[in-house]
Amino acid sequence: MGNESKMKNRSDGQAFREGFRDGIPIGLGYFAVAFALGVAARSAGLNPLQGFMASITCLASAGQYAGFTVIAARASYLEIAVITLVANARYLLMSTALSQKIDPRRSLLHRFGVAWFVTDEIFAIETRQKGHLNPFYTYGAGAFAAPMWASGTAIGIMAGNLMPGRIVSALSVALFGMFLAVIIPPARKDKVILALVAVSFAASFAAARLPWISTLSSGTRIILLTVVLAALAALLFPHPSEDTKEDLG
Amino acid sequence: MNRSINLYILIMFAVSYVIRALPLTLIRGKIRSPFLQSFLYYVPYITLAVMTFPAIIESTQTPLSGLLALIAGLAAAWFGASLFQVASLCCVVVLISEFILL
Repeated sequence: MGNESKMKNRSDGQAFREGFRDGIPIGLGYFAVAFALGVAARSAGLNPLQGFMASITCLASAGQYAGFTVIAARASYLEIAVITLVANARYLLMSTALSQKIDPRRSLLHRFGVAWFVTDEIFAIETRQKGHLNPFYTYGAGAFAAPMWASGTAIGIMAGNLMPGRIVSALSVALFGMFLAVIIPPARKDKVILALVAVSFAASFAAARLPWISTLSSGTRIILLTVVLAALAALLFPHPSEDTKEDLG
Repeated sequence: MNRSINLYILIMFAVSYVIRALPLTLIRGKIRSPFLQSFLYYVPYITLAVMTFPAIIESTQTPLSGLLALIAGLAAAWFGASLFQVASLCCVVVLISEFILL
């Protein structure tokens, strides 16, 4: 590893330590949110080990939450595959951006390694890195954040048994709070996104009550609404990708 | 039952990882279709919004506490609170409002 990184102004070890440091606030946030995810996992019937494994392998809040809803309903394997795909579709974009950002001199193996840690928050700190991305920066952030996410889930599953309904009720909204923290800041900057969030809220509310569509599982409803609304938005408001180009620096 | 949960988790892992690994390892150039670009750009916001509401008011002990958490979360995120702050605030709002309401 040492030789190629001599070209850069810092070593892989430094990059790892820097990533680890930036991963600490992410990991602390993950722990609290994962605890709430554990509550959802528990009601889906997962034991703490299964929750730990699901979280360390998937590292996806919304994707896992959607998946646990499907598991709770004991729906088909196809449904969990499709819902995971839809809920995590944004990672396709982030991964695409990272394919340009990662140091091109690094081997394919590092591309597979960085792929493991494509999450909203780690992606955010990666894009803040100047120039090419050193994969060891990502590994440093993941080394703290991922175990926090997984152990938070496992502890949430264990402690969920002991906690009164009020605490469970309060923690279950942490995840929704996190979703709001992801979608609202871009909505403030982009009126199209703001309108889409409002339309999505209304459509989702209506879909939960209308005849026929309300009889579908919530997972299927999320897929249908997302595909229809995103397709409409893409047709009506084509999004230029200039900003992603700038980010790649 | 146990085996099928493990299989569910395995499928979740396989799909999540493939989504993240394919573009990084295969795509070197830019995606050309403007429609697909736009579609993918909007997907996260719509999916997360659809998953948040009305689920947030159905996950709490009373719909009102969930609604208050939603409003507080929207306001906090709008004014730039971090992910951790927004998540904590929503929890605290539910805890306090249910303490008063129930």
